[in-house]
This record gives sequence, C-alpha cells and structure tokens, in this order.
Amino acid sequence: MSATVLNCGYVPLVDCAPLVIAQELGFAAEEGLALNLVRQPSWSALRDMLALGHLDAAQMLSPMPVAMSIGLGGLAAEIDTLMVLSVNGTVFGISNALAETLDLVPFGDARQLLNQLASRDGTSLRIGVPFHYSMHRLLLSYWTSAAPNLKITEVTVPPPRMADAMADGHVDAFWVGEPWGSVAVQRGVGQLMMAGRDVWQFAPEKVLAARRDWVREHDGRVGQLMRAVFHASRWLDAPKNKPLAVEILGRSEHLRLSPDLIDPAVSGHLVPKQGAHPIEVNRFLQFHKHAATFPWRSQAAWIAEQLGADADGLSRAKACFRSDLYRKHLPQIGTDMPGASEKVEGSLQFDTAVASSRGHMILAPDAFFDGKTFDFSDQKR
Amino acid sequence: MSTNLRILVVEPDQTRVRDIVDALNAAGWSDVKALGHVAALDRTVKDYQPDIVLIDLANPDRDTLEHISYVTETEKRAVALFVDHTDDNLTKAALNAGVSAYVVDGLTMNRIKPVLETAIARFQIMRQLQSELDAAKQALEDRKTIDRAKGILMRQRGLTEDAAYNLLRKTAMDQGRKVIDVAQALVTAADLLS
Repeated sequence: MSATVLNCGYVPLVDCAPLVIAQELGFAAEEGLALNLVRQPSWSALRDMLALGHLDAAQMLSPMPVAMSIGLGGLAAEIDTLMVLSVNGTVFGISNALAETLDLVPFGDARQLLNQLASRDGTSLRIGVPFHYSMHRLLLSYWTSAAPNLKITEVTVPPPRMADAMADGHVDAFWVGEPWGSVAVQRGVGQLMMAGRDVWQFAPEKVLAARRDWVREHDGRVGQLMRAVFHASRWLDAPKNKPLAVEILGRSEHLRLSPDLIDPAVSGHLVPKQGAHPIEVNRFLQFHKHAATFPWRSQAAWIAEQLGADADGLSRAKACFRSDLYRKHLPQIGTDMPGASEKVEGSLQFDTAVASSRGHMILAPDAFFDGKTFDFSDQKR
Repeated sequence: MSTNLRILVVEPDQTRVRDIVDALNAAGWSDVKALGHVAALDRTVKDYQPDIVLIDLANPDRDTLEHISYVTETEKRAVALFVDHTDDNLTKAALNAGVSAYVVDGLTMNRIKPVLETAIARFQIMRQLQSELDAAKQALEDRKTIDRAKGILMRQRGLTEDAAYNLLRKTAMDQGRKVIDVAQALVTAADLLS
C-alpha cells in the first residue's frame, strides 16, 4: 500500500523539529503517511499557501489561527489548530550598546530587566520580532505593558536577518526563536537576557494547523497526521534522544543549520553572551511532556484577549483550538487525556498532578512573570 | 480607475527589477519606484504612499511589509505578489481569496498587465465596499447616540421626542457644532453623572 502524501509547510526554525522527525524517523510512515515538507520563505507566504489549498497542513505561530478566526491577519480563512507543536523556545536579547546602559541583570529576571529598561531615559526602543501575530510579539507587549513609561517600537524582521538588523543598529533588542538568538551571540552583536518562559512559563509557541474544511473532509488523515506528530514529539522530549535529535536536525536538508546552532534550544543550554558559560534554562523548549501537545482552549482565549477580542471573538478563538480532535484521534495510542479542555492560565506555580483519563498527568508551571491569572471559563465571563 | 497609480517594486535582484519596471512602463504605469534594500522599507512605504506593492512570493520581507500595512492602517493597500512560474490555479485562487494576495507571473511580462488590472480593480471595489460599510456603521452608531441623547432630554426635561430633537439641533446650531457631537457630549455627561 502506498503512503498518502501530505504537503506540510514549515519555516526553518529549531521548533519545526516534530514535523521533520515525524517524517525522517518513520513515525509518519507507520501511520501510512509521507510528509512532503515544503519550506516557506515567510509566515505570510505560509499562511496564504495553507489558505489557498497548496498545503494540507502547516507549522504555524500559535496566534495565527486565532488571529484569523477573529478576523485579523490579512486573509479571511478558517484555520484550525490540531495540536500544539512546541511550548516556549524563544529568547529576548539586547544589543551590546543597550547592554552598556544597564546594570547587571541576572539572566531570566523579567521584572528587574523591565525596570531597568524603563528607568533609562531616551528614545523609544526598537525591538525586532518575526511576525506581528506571533507569541513573541504578544509576550513582548504583555511584558512591556507592565511599564507604561517604557516606549517601544515593534519592527518586523525575518529571523535569519535578526543578527544583521542588530549589527546595523536597525533594532536595539529582539524577541526571536532559536537558533537566531544564539546566532546573534555567536556573531558578538548582542546578548541574551531571558527566555520566553521567563514571561510566561508555558506558552504555546508553534501549532500544527490545517484548514477547517480540509479537516472536515479528511478525518482519517487528520488522525494519522496527529498521531505521527505526537509520536515524534514524544521521541524528541526523551533526554536520551536529544543528542541524536541534534544530529538528525543538523543533517536535515530541511533546516540547513549547523548542529552547534541547534543544540542550545534542544538541550536547553544557552550561551547568553560571547565567551560566557552556558546557562541551563529549565523547560526552554518543550515538545511533549506535561501535555505540551494538548491544544488548551484557554490558551487560545488568552491569545485572543491579547489581540483585543470581544466575548464573541474569545469563543471563536476557543473553537479553533481543536481539543475535540485531540480527544478523538489520540486515545487509540494510549495518550493520557486531561479531564478538562480549559485551565486557569497562569495559576500553576509548581508541577501539579491533575485529573486525567489514565491518571498520569502532571502539568508544569504556567505562571506569568507578574503573577496574573486568566480564567476564561464561561461562568467567569 | 486612476491611471496614475504609484507602484512600489520590492526586489533585490537588479535585472529582475529592470524587467518588471520595463513591463510596467510599457503597460502605461510610469510612477514606479523600486526598492532593493529592505532596511528602508517602512520609511519608503510611508513617504512614497504606493497604491500597490509588488513583491516576490518567496521574499522573506513579506512579513515586514504586512506589519507596515497594519501600523500605517493601510491594510486596504493592495499587495501584489509575483511568482517565478506560471501557475494559473494559484493566481485564480489568490484572486478569489480577494484580500491582498495577488499572484503575477514574474517571467512572462506580457501577463503582468491583465493580472494587475484585475487585481487593482478588485482592490478598488473592496475598498469602496469597505468605506460604504464603514459609513453605514457610523450612521447607525450616530443614530443610536442621538436616540439616547433624546431619551435623556425627554426624561430629565419632560420633553416630547420632537422637542428633544429640536433642542439638540438648536444647541448644535448655536454652538456651530454637529448634532451628533452635542448628543455625544450629553450622553457622556449623563454616563459620568449616573
């Protein structure tokens, strides 16, 4: 029996790993699929190709399906999130010139860093992000809104050019996905100050997305694809597989990145500035553990609220995070299912055991740097 | 359709830029600017105010261009895209999607004119629809505000509906303002006091 070919779009970042591994290690083949991985030059291009039917599924920034479901983001199309591909994995870095104006801030201290940035006087900070509808940009806005007198200008820069933009003085700081933060450090143009998880400890970063009408018509393929990606993400999160994962991703024609650039994100050991010792960042990038792949409807609601959605927008956002499909297609392979599809975002300070179908589920902390919590359940709204 | 469209071509390859500009000029569009270096993109878009932007589908700067459209509130500006190979299905699908994505074959320049004309015509229809929709929405909103203001006057001053409206109109005329502005001020004041 020949495999069904699915065209899957991706952008060459470390966190496209679940799609690459699903194909390269045969998890897709086990499900009877062959993933034709199609590299995309930009998020806008990826979105258009998916919306126009040239891609069956794609890796997307988690805010993209939400933005489109509430009528933002360029193209009117119904795009659903089948599952989360990765949690966290971004870094915030500043230029050497900006670093000189600050006192020493320990890596990962979001509050102190913000206070220092806000207390320096001067012009608005130009901060590079990869895309307007990205978790990078939402976390940046959320974080900086706690310091109203800090003026920032958001600049969209394609990630591979982030280090250049910093070297040219086009941006003073950036919020970018790996490996592009580490690239800036290697080139000596800037230093990393914190990871995305220092603002939100469990932020859905990339998602597996598909058109709603395609999902409706291809129930079987949706299940096959989700199971293949689920197995790949489990493989990726096993500590013993990490060196091999770096090796495979480094050799992959899909990423075209050297292994030493892939290693920091996969191993969670970041070098914050040239010549410094690596810092171990707990849960820097999570693919699988702690129900990382589960598309929590409350995550979609948080994103929608940051984008300024009203009550109707919130419910449309929730509906595009398809936890129903997750519950339908993944129990066959023994996946532990959480007892609820929404949680109070930001409420977990510690690893916490929660009700689940097999009773093994431990959720990781999901607190925000300012301690706020977000309850999107209907009775609270 | 305006014949004097400003067209911005974003393309680093000088040879391609020449081909595209030649094709546009031959098609009768003379106000064309080409941009190779992308660092100047946001400033160029703001200063030059193009009606339409041409950018390669494979150009990573598309994300930057989209963002500039959001912040300058020119989301209704048409962004035309060109691809290297002929793909009529993609062109058709993009045109039907009708928002900002238009695909023009980059190599056979004889096709650039009809596709651009279609794209621009659609874009202008959409823009007109949007501004009519905006006007209708605004009129509806204004009507609600004026009704609320009338209601406040009727309750507080014991006026009939006609008398309340006449009072609003007279106040507006006396102060050289619009009825909706007077009504809005009244509603705001009432909200503050309630």
